[in-house]
Amino acid sequence: MEDRRTPLARARGLGSARDGLHHWWMQRLTAVALIPLVAWFAVSLVMLSGADHMAVRAWIGSPVVMVLLILTIVIGLHHGQLGMQVVVEDYVHSDGWKLALIVAIRFIAFFFGLAAVVAILRIGFGG
Amino acid sequence: MSVANRPVHRPLSPHLQVYRPQLTSVLSILHRATGIALSVGALYLAIWVVYASASPKTYALFQAFNTSILGRLFLAGWLFCMFYHLCNGIRHLFWDAGYGFELKDAYLSGWIVVGVSAAATLVSWIVGLSLA
Repeated sequence: MEDRRTPLARARGLGSARDGLHHWWMQRLTAVALIPLVAWFAVSLVMLSGADHMAVRAWIGSPVVMVLLILTIVIGLHHGQLGMQVVVEDYVHSDGWKLALIVAIRFIAFFFGLAAVVAILRIGFGG
Repeated sequence: MSVANRPVHRPLSPHLQVYRPQLTSVLSILHRATGIALSVGALYLAIWVVYASASPKTYALFQAFNTSILGRLFLAGWLFCMFYHLCNGIRHLFWDAGYGFELKDAYLSGWIVVGVSAAATLVSWIVGLSLA
């Protein structure tokens, strides 16, 4: 098939979605990062399933857990917002709703992510 | 009969009401469903961490639910979603790399995903509870 793109469009390789492979690649990158994080996190959640407030705080506040937990929540929410965006794009056919939902997903993910990171740091640094 | 009026015999996309579910299609939609469940659960986890940073009194409500039978059932279900999405995600990464597209391979990897996610959920509970 004849390639009707301009030489500039071909060189940029961004396609009709205008961001090329970025979304696809970020989804895969976060997926691979989450493989070990999620395995650790699943076991930890079961371990804490009967824990009281002090035990949960002591766990969150230890340095290694702080780092791993922030990574898990931030990368997990990023991966989640990318996936939810695709679900909305596939099933919501009104342009207005589609845009509104994608914006809402971004805002919710960012808000909850930041809130969690602040809370973890507060626990870790004794706020 | 003009070309425009000729009946169309192109393949139709499957009508879900009359289409027999197959392992491959069920696992495919489960990947989405578990992804949505995991996203909602991730928000719950963020709230959990925020409550943990608050006073013991505020956290008590959360703890009461988390340690209840219902809370643990939710955790078990959510962890199965997590391991399913993880295993099936790895299956997708193999497809991305160009492997496993033959029908028998797709079925084999599908059953492996089902088995491994059930086993991983069980192992995570055994290991997690033994560490508690």
